[in-house]
Amino acid sequence: MMDFGFSLSKSSTLNLDTADLSLYKKLCELSPDARTCMACGSCSATCTAGPFSGMSVRKVILDLQRGRDVKAMVQGCMLCGKCIMVCPRGINTRNLILNLCKIYDR
Amino acid sequence: MIDRIPSGFHPFVLPFMIGMVFVLLYCAYGIVKIMIQLTAEDRKKFLISLVTPKTLLKNIKDIFCDCLLHVKLWKRNKMLGFMHSSIAFGWFMLIVLGHIEVILFIPERLHTFYYPIFFNYFVAENDATVAGSLLFFLMDFFLLLVLTGIALAIVKRIRSRIFGMRRTTRHSLINHIGMYALWAIFPLRLLAEGFTAHISGGSFLTIPLNWVFRQFLGNDLNMLPTWWAYSIALGVFMVVLPFSRFMHIPAEMMLIPMRNAGLKIRGARKGFARVQVYSCPNCGVCIDACPMSVSKANIKDCTVYLTRQIRRGNEKRIAEISDKCLLCGKCEALCQVGVEGPQLRVMQRSLRKYALEPDYSNIAVEPLVEAASGSKVLYFSGCMSQLTPEIGRSVESVLRKAGVDFTWMDRDGGLCCGRPMATAGRLDAARAIVEKNEKIILGSGADTLLVSCPICYKMFRESYDLPGVRVVHYSQYFSGLVKLGQLKLEKSDICYVYHDPCELGRGCGIYEEPRRLIGLSAAIAEADKTREESVCCGGSLGSLSLSFEQRRKITQGALDNLYTSHADAIATACPLCKATFARYSDRPVRDLAEIIDAQSTGYKQTER
Ligand code: SF4
Ligand code: SF4
Ligand code: SF4
Ligand code: SF4
Repeated sequence: MMDFGFSLSKSSTLNLDTADLSLYKKLCELSPDARTCMACGSCSATCTAGPFSGMSVRKVILDLQRGRDVKAMVQGCMLCGKCIMVCPRGINTRNLILNLCKIYDR
Repeated sequence: MIDRIPSGFHPFVLPFMIGMVFVLLYCAYGIVKIMIQLTAEDRKKFLISLVTPKTLLKNIKDIFCDCLLHVKLWKRNKMLGFMHSSIAFGWFMLIVLGHIEVILFIPERLHTFYYPIFFNYFVAENDATVAGSLLFFLMDFFLLLVLTGIALAIVKRIRSRIFGMRRTTRHSLINHIGMYALWAIFPLRLLAEGFTAHISGGSFLTIPLNWVFRQFLGNDLNMLPTWWAYSIALGVFMVVLPFSRFMHIPAEMMLIPMRNAGLKIRGARKGFARVQVYSCPNCGVCIDACPMSVSKANIKDCTVYLTRQIRRGNEKRIAEISDKCLLCGKCEALCQVGVEGPQLRVMQRSLRKYALEPDYSNIAVEPLVEAASGSKVLYFSGCMSQLTPEIGRSVESVLRKAGVDFTWMDRDGGLCCGRPMATAGRLDAARAIVEKNEKIILGSGADTLLVSCPICYKMFRESYDLPGVRVVHYSQYFSGLVKLGQLKLEKSDICYVYHDPCELGRGCGIYEEPRRLIGLSAAIAEADKTREESVCCGGSLGSLSLSFEQRRKITQGALDNLYTSHADAIATACPLCKATFARYSDRPVRDLAEIIDAQSTGYKQTER
């Protein structure tokens, strides 16, 4: 293939009809406050694990809503609790992560 | 004093005997089971402590002071102390004196279990001796003491506020049966001995009672039924004992030697943890103590209900109770028995299985070691301090003023200390974080680890293996700098109330240094509940399930306690307390480091 000095990023088109949202739905049963996330990114900005593993609660929730895999991110979390302290929606993010670890099935 | 019944037996002793034998067998079974559950190392430690004279003496002293005299309870609450010690010590003395009577007067009956208990039924007084009347006097005296205790116990059940307790435990059916049986034992004993006093003799209680009875009852027909009733009450009490809260009586006698032997909780339900669970008398002191009890809905999550649900094996409730707690440690600090509520909960959490386990293998420590190297003093601000950057900056500024050469290990972010992970019960994952940090700290070549977050401080002290490295909290370190003259503090006219962070105060026993430093830099006031009784700010990472709204109420409760001091501002020494209080407080909240930074001049500057 010819090298143009740039490449196209992979398509991020979502097909919600085929995406597997079962994990997100299960999580919402255990942590209903997951639904109230407004993706503000406060948790991402403070995350201790972020620099090492790309962890971010915001991204985890968004990815689950799109049926994407979140394993590597979640495994990096140290449960330090900073994300709870900054979340403007008062989401119990630590409990959300623990619940996710409990029901993870991929 | 002579034996009145030639056979030395009467069927009415049977209920007592059945109960007694049952309890003894049950306890023997329990002891064997607990011993098997201990790890081999713990078992050895425990057995050696039992034959070491020093610990043996301490065991005896502690059992006497804690189980019989309830010294600790006296110190907390005189009424409760009197109530418990009069029942426990009075009853103990009745048993001891009963044995002395038998030894003195009819030693040949000592081998029967029941003679010392039912002595007055089996004997007749043929001559009055000084020793005899003294013993009878003492018997009546201690019976009166126990009866006073029982009367107080009944009053307490009806109106707990008289005892300074806002809330008491709600008891289960079996506990009620045991309690009513216990209440019945001593009045029945008084009646039984009263009816018999003209034959067996008695003293200031029983003789007048006997005289009154004889005024309108011309016969002894009431004698046997009351002795039967007395024996049945004893029997019922002892049969329900293993299944009720009264199991705390034998369990505590095991708990004290185990604690003195230095055992720690290792399993969730077995061994030492089991002994602690059974040692809880459901006194309910932990209910008023618990910061969560500001909401009525949380009362059922206090430690007293944890021990109960563990005994019942109600897994759903055990999980709920374990997850909600802030692990603030206040219940443990105030518990007279020494039930370690927080540790018990962490162990319950550790039973949980997760489908996804953390993995930190991609975190390379080398760059972190490099960033941490260079000085003998290594400062770790902790990840929570990134939310309150003023704390780190103040510590840095104070160290500069004092001319301390240091390196800031996590200025640009670092790892968590692992304590939040450990308190969530994921001990292996916490271990993995700890090992990374150990590598960084030991690799840095520092000999002092200076910590400003109490959560990290406790973790470093208890769970890290850092040979050759002294771990200090900055309040201790700055006190040292002041003493050496490297730091001079000047008083401002602001009045602070100091909030003891759970992990620093109850967790690490540091109460004095922060107060001394604040005292040197400002005026200091005390809140209503302080030191061991300080109220958790509500932000604690110990809790897994408390909602934002529930936490808000706890924070408000803690602030109300601090407001009682009428201070201008709140001082604390924990980034989490600061961030939590700052959200709702109506007055400024400052960290100790900020106060010291504002009020200090360094040695070099003062010289100029
Ligand atoms: S608890 Fe986990 S997700 Fe939240 S800030 Fe800490 S490391 Fe990040
Ligand atoms: S801080 Fe809270 S609301 Fe914002 S993205 Fe994170 S979880 Fe969602
Ligand atoms: S845990 Fe301690 S304070 Fe609470 S009820 Fe039991 S003995 Fe009392
Ligand atoms: S540790 Fe604190 S929050 Fe937990 S039960 Fe004890 S007093 Fe309550």
